Amino acid sequence: MIRPASWGPELVWGRPFSICSADGKSLTLFIQKVGRGTSRIAELEKGDSVTVWGPLGNGFAVEPETPTLMLAGGIGIAPFRGYIEQHPTSENLKLFFAHRMPRACYSYDSMTATVRHQSMVEQNPDDLQAIIKEMGVLIEQYKDGLILCCGPTPFMRTARKFALEHGARLQVSLENHMGCGVGACLGCVCKNDKDKYVQVCTNGPVFWADKVEL
Amino acid sequence: MNMKVSFGGLEMKNPVMTASGTFGNGLEFAPYGDLEKLGGICAKGLSLKPREGNPMPRIAETPCGMLNAIGIQNPGVEYFLTNILPSLKSKDVAVVANLYACDAEEFGELGAILAAEDKIAALEVNVSCPNVKEGGAAFGQDPRQITKVTEAVKKRAGSKPVMVKLSPNVADIVSCARAAVDGGADILSLINTLIGMSVDIRSRRPRIANVVAGLSGPAIKPVALRCVHQVCRAVDVPVVGIGGIASAEDALEFILLGAHAVQVGTANFMRPDFAFSLAGDMEKLLEEIGAKSLEDYRGSLELPL
Ligand SMILES: Cc1cc2nc3c(=O)[nH]c(=O)nc-3n(C[C@H](O)[C@H](O)[C@H](O)COP(=O)(O)OP(=O)(O)OC[C@H]3O[C@@H](n4cnc5c(N)ncnc54)[C@H](O)[C@@H]3O)c2cc1C
Ligand SMILES: Cc1cc2nc3c(=O)[nH]c(=O)nc-3n(C[C@H](O)[C@H](O)[C@H](O)COP(=O)(O)O)c2cc1C
Ligand code: FES
Repeated sequence: MIRPASWGPELVWGRPFSICSADGKSLTLFIQKVGRGTSRIAELEKGDSVTVWGPLGNGFAVEPETPTLMLAGGIGIAPFRGYIEQHPTSENLKLFFAHRMPRACYSYDSMTATVRHQSMVEQNPDDLQAIIKEMGVLIEQYKDGLILCCGPTPFMRTARKFALEHGARLQVSLENHMGCGVGACLGCVCKNDKDKYVQVCTNGPVFWADKVEL
Repeated sequence: MNMKVSFGGLEMKNPVMTASGTFGNGLEFAPYGDLEKLGGICAKGLSLKPREGNPMPRIAETPCGMLNAIGIQNPGVEYFLTNILPSLKSKDVAVVANLYACDAEEFGELGAILAAEDKIAALEVNVSCPNVKEGGAAFGQDPRQITKVTEAVKKRAGSKPVMVKLSPNVADIVSCARAAVDGGADILSLINTLIGMSVDIRSRRPRIANVVAGLSGPAIKPVALRCVHQVCRAVDVPVVGIGGIASAEDALEFILLGAHAVQVGTANFMRPDFAFSLAGDMEKLLEEIGAKSLEDYRGSLELPL
């Protein structure tokens, strides 16, 4: 979670972001401007201070020997940068990226040196249909491997539908609104497969798709 | 400066407590500071049986505040006693249990169970249940109910101080405070959240599944100060101030009005380390403004004649 000191009381919560990479000295985030907080973050200048707390919650499963498909929708590409960097056998990875804004907005090209990759842009309803179709094809191909998904909820729902159809193992990264980020406020919960509320910030944000309601 | 406080049977090394529902059970925040730097922790609201809470979305950010309709999601008192309280036992910090029930009898029962625990320093009674059996009005809005619930807990609380947490969603907070005192309250804490609402003009939906929700954070501080001011002048029972505290200055405003201690709620979300440094910051600020002691400063508000 990050919250710039300059926010004062008018913005209350910190905002949750995936860690793209961190090396002890620096922390890299990809941030998309969507509302009040992210717009104010975009205005920060060099030297401004921010409060950061984390790392929070879990991350995607790493199975070095398993063929792994990463499905990224829009800014959902953010966590995959770190994932690729830390994965011991990047030859087993494939990144599929569906996006609306120009590809250059997402630093996509900086992530694809070591992994197989494919991207599709969505500009009209036909593009969306093509993306959904391609997701179905890819998920079937990786049905014995590991599939990781981060993106808008409808994107993750589509991935889940195909994964259930093909019996594929899929993890999704949820994007619920967070108050505290540490498991205390119970504002970010989702229902698990036992119909119980669990905190997304501490039990997630990554869940096996069949163990969580989307 | 000596920051120790002792009031209504509760003793703490400083006047900073964390507000129920905003600090989990303390352990969630332990990575961000030393729990022993706090005077007290008010645990998340507990009920006799586990409660699932309300559907999502449950929280929304508003200008200088937030709305929540968590619905007292909690694992029930037994789970708390076996699985959570033991890990707080070794900590030198006052643990206050926050009680939630839907009738006086159940409140009494819950009070008795929690009062039997050595580690529990006081019982805080949350009288804002909207689904009261008798009458249909919220406890917190009906002085007779407040008296009844307070009596029920006090009767079974043994030597533990009973703190009654008042709702600001009333026309006359003073009569609610008097009602709690009549029921035997040792301490009053105020305020709980204000009823609020937020809607999205595009989706045409309320931002909270429950439609209405509790407003907290800096936005409510003026209301909280007014309530604390009125109650401190009307009753002799010590008061704990809650509502929008996000700096040492905010906290001292409540002390100036006469509060013996403060609780920090939403500010825990603004910075997870905020509550830990608050007592130290209050001490520095008191020195800076030339106060002799916390005791001396408390209630020293000068009102126009
Ligand atoms: C675990 C996690 C990791 C994330 N990682 C990244 C990341 O790496 N990069 C990135 O750009 N974003 C990421 N997000 C999303 C990011 O947190 C939100 O975009 C941000 O909080 C929006 O804040 P805001 O103040 O700009 O929006 P607001 O002004 O609060 O809201 C504007 C719009 O954004 C939507 N929104 C608000 N919060 C969220 C949210 N948490 N998720 C989805 N939509 C939201 C609102 O519904 C509204 O329509 C992540 C979210 C989570 C939960
Ligand atoms: C997420 C959340 C959960 C809360 N849960 C409880 C609760 O279980 N019991 C209770 O008495 N008050 C509860 N409250 C109210 C707070 O304890 C406090 O009275 C209120 O938030 C005002 O203080 P603040 O402005 O500092 O947050 C909750 C508040 C929030 C924001
Ligand atoms: S954000 Fe507070 S519990 Fe998850």
